Amino acid sequence: MVQLTLPKNSKMVEGKVWPKPAGATKLKEFRIYRWDPEDASNPRIDTYFVDMDDCGPMVLDGLIWIKNKVDPTLAFRRSCREGICGSCSMNIDGMNTLACTKGMDEVKGAVKIYPLPHMAVIKDLVPDLTTFYAQHRSIEPWLHTSTPAPETEWKQSREDREKLDGLYECILCACCTTSCPSYWWNGDRYLGPATLLQAYRWLIDSRDEATGERLDNLEDPFRLYRCHTIMNCAQTCPKGLNPAKAIAEIKKMMVERRF
Amino acid sequence: MAETSKTGTPSSFTVGGRAYTFTDHTFDVVVVGAGGAGLRAVVGASEAGLKTACITKVFPTRSHTVAAQGGISAALGNMGEDDWRWHMYDTVKGSDWLGDQDAIEYLCKNAPAAVYELEHWGVPFSRTEAGKIYQRPFGGMTTNYGEGRAQRTCAAADRTGHAILHTLYGQSLRYSAEFFIEYFAIDLIMEDGVCRGVVALSMDDGTLHRFRAHKTVLATGGYGRAYFSCTSAHTCTGDGNAMVLRAGLPLQDMEFVQFHPTGIYGAGCLITEGSRGEGGYLTNSEGERFMERYAPSAKDLASRDVVSRAMTMEIREGRGVGKAKDHIYLHLDHLDPKILAERLPGISESAKIFAGVDVTREPIPVLPTVHYNMGGIPTNYYGEVLTKVNGDPDHVVPGLMAIGEAACVSVHGANRLGSNSLIDLVVFGRAAGARCAETIERGARQADLPKDAGLSSLDRLDRFRHASGSTPTAELRLDMQRTMQNNCAVFRTGEVLEEGHTLIHKVWSGTDDIRVTDRSLIWNTDLVEALEYDNLIVQAVVTMDSAVNRQESRGAHAREDFPDRDDKEWMKHTLAFVDTNSRTVSIDYRPVHTYTMSNEIEYIAPKARVY
Repeated sequence: MVQLTLPKNSKMVEGKVWPKPAGATKLKEFRIYRWDPEDASNPRIDTYFVDMDDCGPMVLDGLIWIKNKVDPTLAFRRSCREGICGSCSMNIDGMNTLACTKGMDEVKGAVKIYPLPHMAVIKDLVPDLTTFYAQHRSIEPWLHTSTPAPETEWKQSREDREKLDGLYECILCACCTTSCPSYWWNGDRYLGPATLLQAYRWLIDSRDEATGERLDNLEDPFRLYRCHTIMNCAQTCPKGLNPAKAIAEIKKMMVERRF
Repeated sequence: MAETSKTGTPSSFTVGGRAYTFTDHTFDVVVVGAGGAGLRAVVGASEAGLKTACITKVFPTRSHTVAAQGGISAALGNMGEDDWRWHMYDTVKGSDWLGDQDAIEYLCKNAPAAVYELEHWGVPFSRTEAGKIYQRPFGGMTTNYGEGRAQRTCAAADRTGHAILHTLYGQSLRYSAEFFIEYFAIDLIMEDGVCRGVVALSMDDGTLHRFRAHKTVLATGGYGRAYFSCTSAHTCTGDGNAMVLRAGLPLQDMEFVQFHPTGIYGAGCLITEGSRGEGGYLTNSEGERFMERYAPSAKDLASRDVVSRAMTMEIREGRGVGKAKDHIYLHLDHLDPKILAERLPGISESAKIFAGVDVTREPIPVLPTVHYNMGGIPTNYYGEVLTKVNGDPDHVVPGLMAIGEAACVSVHGANRLGSNSLIDLVVFGRAAGARCAETIERGARQADLPKDAGLSSLDRLDRFRHASGSTPTAELRLDMQRTMQNNCAVFRTGEVLEEGHTLIHKVWSGTDDIRVTDRSLIWNTDLVEALEYDNLIVQAVVTMDSAVNRQESRGAHAREDFPDRDDKEWMKHTLAFVDTNSRTVSIDYRPVHTYTMSNEIEYIAPKARVY
């Protein structure tokens, strides 16, 4: 019989339970994925207790509290702490989101935190996003024009500008892409929801003059058509965007241009 | 051990009994930082065919430019008549006459072209009915030299910084610039007063890198995190500023720290001045629109230092709102919900998340919050770093440039006007790229690095990596932040500043007792935070000491014991040098440039600053 084995380091073990802060009355339990690339051991789940009276309301506040007061070795990305830079994306309570805009009170029971799913882990909650960024780059995310530029701005009607709403706000946090089962399976060849939403943002920009080339670049059974409208992307997007709809629009453009 | 690398110097060193090896790189231009200024310089240099590297501690679109909201100023005249000279007048007045007028002329005159360029690259600006870039009113922006209210701030809803940063990142991918992402720059490589490059740690795999370049461009942003409550990101630690201080070079006008009037109470997140540009106003506990008393003409759109002081006065006199009467309300609830959804969607969301407020119904609780550093690395308007040598206040440091919030050109003087920051980034980012193209011979051979290049960086790195004192970084950082918040805030007095001087120097000495727990090199954020703290504390110290020293009130520096501006004695830039060994600060001065760049506008002479 075939013996299936899991890849190295994919089995998680119970980690350390850190002591409760002395004298605290309002505690929140955090269960956090830990993995250190510099030792050979498996990933573990460490348990921490955050003093809610000494800490801000967001999950990121909790993580920073732990790093400052309990365990400085915990690694995670963070920057703006207001939901615009996209650094602190992680899997919290079973859902990909930004730690900085997720309230601790939104989580019942222990706050369980893992890195974004199905990505190689560099350390703890820090995933390797190299492929994700390369895919974004592959759609040439800049305005393509061949008409000589005017001396002032390109004119764009308010209606045409409105078409960019719900698209340009993407913060490249990768929550959607890493929540997509199709991307888990074909992440090397399927561009994934974030990149495709970005692709549509340039396709639909009235100033862009490379619609044909952009569509050619996406006309591929994998790059675009691995989207099976599972809709995890739209559900998980911390900015309330709908990548699945953008993908459907691209598919529509593909059909329309045949006639 | 002493294996010689292609830069002609040993690539391996033993420090603290541990061996470290450098990977060497040679570029024409190395830009440190990938915010608005850094990316604009990367585009300029790489477009010109220079071999360009960009080193950044966060992925480019995570840089703090992303959080700019209200807009970018330029006299396009899309909403009514405008003129770059009026923009210049406003900027000079906003700077409280500490800005260099040649640089301000350069900024305002080149602003429209820089904005059109961004638009041509794809920035999704909001639009007027005629399909032009939408412009909104902003604090301190007037027409006809102070007479009318200008609509000069070009906006992409209230996410202008995000729109610009993502567009610049896209542009930067068109050329062959090489990005070194999540590389933390440690120190400059200096040789006989010349900058030869920079040393960086790759967080991803813990390797050390030496970058040799004809020009090193610092675009490392501000140091808001020296304070307890700021709108700045966690990563705003002014790393470039600190590298400059350690290289024995000065920082300029560090006492001028801008408090943004409307940070969300508690969380500190920014609510754009554009919200007042669109008609929002502030009230005190009596429901009074108090700004009418402090700035009868500009009211809620007076410049930021004026509004922040007025709010602080109201709170001090017992007219603050909330349980502790310690903040102020910002009203947007009278505005058309459609306008809010179209022009201010981002802050509507932030107010909901961080204050639990529905802006269509309730006011937002706000408080003046540290937002921007007018001070920084002194440069000319080409972006070249200056120092004072043998009495020459404009001595160019060969090989070193600085742009963006890290730099002090100085276009903002003692107080920056809202929306003048984004334009500063792209105008001077562009200027720096052009200066590199003009002065560097493509691929010209570079001399060998000095034999000990990077050794001092290794010392610093190893010292912190193995620091085994008893005070964790977080504790030292908190002490520093509290001291700055308590002793170097909106209003200052000699006594409070003197106490602050003692306290902040005590925190600085306390650094000897720092403890770092994580000894690894891969993604060691414990180590990086220690290095960032070490960068912050020197900036905190020079900020405090420069503030003690300046005995007048000008722009953001409001001394209650010296309430007036004193042009005779103090119309000059502060230069602060640091000796990191003896932990002492020395202060010197540079004259303000009281001349313009061309004869298209005359020097604007100082007068009383009334809004």
